[in-house]
Amino acid sequence: MRDPNMLPILDLKGVSKQFELQSQRIEALRDANLQVRKGEFICLIGASGCGKSTLLRIVAGFEPTSAGQALMWGMPVQGPAPDRGMVFQDYGLFPWLTVRGNIGFGPSSRGRPAAEVRDTVERFIDLVGLQRFADAYPHQLSGGMKQRVAIARVLANDAEIVLMDEPFGALDAMTRERLQDELLDIWQRTGLTVLFVTHSIEEAIFLADRVVVMSPGPGRIESEMKIELPRPRDVMSADFNAIRRELSEKLHSHHGRKAA
Amino acid sequence: MSVTADTNAPVLTAAADTPSRRSPLAFIDKFRNPAIALIFPVAVLVIWHFTTYGRKFSLIPPPSEVAIELYDLAFGGIYDDAFSGTLLTHLLASLSRVYGGFAIALAIALPLGLMIGRIPFVRQLLDPTLQVMRPIPVTAWLPLAMIIFGLGPRSAVFLVALGAFYPILINTIFGVRSVDPRLFEAASMLGCQGTAQFFKVVLPASLPAIFTGLRLGLGFAWVVIVVGEMTGVQTGLGAIIMEARQLSRTEIVISGMIVIGIAGFISDWLVKMLGQRLLRWSPGYA
Ligand SMILES: Nc1ncnc2c1ncn2[C@@H]1O[C@H](COP(=O)(O)OP(=O)(O)OP(=O)(O)O)[C@@H](O)[C@H]1O
Ligand SMILES: [Mg+2]
Repeated sequence: MRDPNMLPILDLKGVSKQFELQSQRIEALRDANLQVRKGEFICLIGASGCGKSTLLRIVAGFEPTSAGQALMWGMPVQGPAPDRGMVFQDYGLFPWLTVRGNIGFGPSSRGRPAAEVRDTVERFIDLVGLQRFADAYPHQLSGGMKQRVAIARVLANDAEIVLMDEPFGALDAMTRERLQDELLDIWQRTGLTVLFVTHSIEEAIFLADRVVVMSPGPGRIESEMKIELPRPRDVMSADFNAIRRELSEKLHSHHGRKAA
Repeated sequence: MSVTADTNAPVLTAAADTPSRRSPLAFIDKFRNPAIALIFPVAVLVIWHFTTYGRKFSLIPPPSEVAIELYDLAFGGIYDDAFSGTLLTHLLASLSRVYGGFAIALAIALPLGLMIGRIPFVRQLLDPTLQVMRPIPVTAWLPLAMIIFGLGPRSAVFLVALGAFYPILINTIFGVRSVDPRLFEAASMLGCQGTAQFFKVVLPASLPAIFTGLRLGLGFAWVVIVVGEMTGVQTGLGAIIMEARQLSRTEIVISGMIVIGIAGFISDWLVKMLGQRLLRWSPGYA
């Protein structure tokens, strides 16, 4: 069944989503189609309100679709499950658990034996480099460290797809760059599939195999662009800048059309 | 590839780095706050002393007389009257009622609050009634309590339980209802769903609010105990205060008040310490 060469890990088929807001109908997503192969790094980019978060939340199973389907390995998504791990912009860590406790939350909730949970926790604490802070509580961590915990937490729980909604949006530029490097490193080592929402064109080009451009009113997928630059990518190179210009034009043309 | 910890994060070490100054000034610093806190009560004592000492017809006894009475109440050997050396008996009686009533309130209010907060049907069923019952003062329940439970300690325990009940209930409901929805999403995507979320998310997340309820509830329990023990019980701090009042032994009345104040303060302090231990994770509590 699960032939990675044939079946996409994630398949959005005509996904639409409407919200009722004070007797107003908001079309957050109209007929979104997207196929993601196992191991791909996808970035979603687009103006505010174009439905990026909504799309991610549908894949996570937090929101039902209004029409269409999200298929995970060909099976319709029926609510949240550990195979799809979300990394929230505001972290969503459990404040009463230490770094260890947060990372072990998933495995122990799923009834893994205590010894196995301990091993898993240590492995992922090492992976994200938080050995010194293993027993700290979230309020004692910096934003970058919290986001590392959030990433480790979904990875420790065997997530196949990691859904990241502007995960580095609240971080300073230096921390952000370091986390981008680390994320790519983890991604390359583990064969993860990543769906990553960002506002930053540069971040999208730096990270993605494929950038998906969305536009608002109603939210929809406008176009997509393969990024074939070899990694590690140099944001100052001419090739990078050429892609940046092209993507920027795409984004602004949609934006302009919407404003008109 | 740099998989290392943030170095630009000033955490944890911050507290440990605070140098322990070994100058005499640090020594003074350590006792400054308690010293400031003592100024006011000492001033009250002094004024109290000079307005009452040596006046034959003063209705209020001077502090020295209260101190002697307090000693006699605790250890006996001075006046050797009906009250001498009985303090421990009365204190234990009051303590058992305060904590008994408090335990009953906790046992009902906590699960009820969790359910009202989380289960819409329970909320619709009980919340309106409780909202109407809540403004009824505990003192207004006194006659009814005496009719239902008779003259005796059971009325006192009932009133204490009633006094502690609402603060615990209201704060538990508030705590449960204000759990960040994000945490439910996080738990369910990590494989913790349904009733398991009750224990792994709802309860820990609302613990700070529950603790606030416990402290308020225990405070009310001490307030109510005096009223409760006026319902014809023989022992208890409330009972000796009432009895002493009838005998015009004002120094015993004041002694009883002081003991209640100290006992209430210590019990609140214990709950606070317990809270700080259990809630180390909460930036607002620690
Ligand atoms: N729970 C909700 N109820 C009502 N409307 C909603 C809800 N969630 C999202 N929307 C609406 O759906 C549209 C898309 O929202 P969404 O959060 O997906 O945008 P976004 O692309 O993530 O924007 P941003 O870049 O600002 O995060 C918006 O118009 C928003 O108001
Ligand atoms: Mg968003």
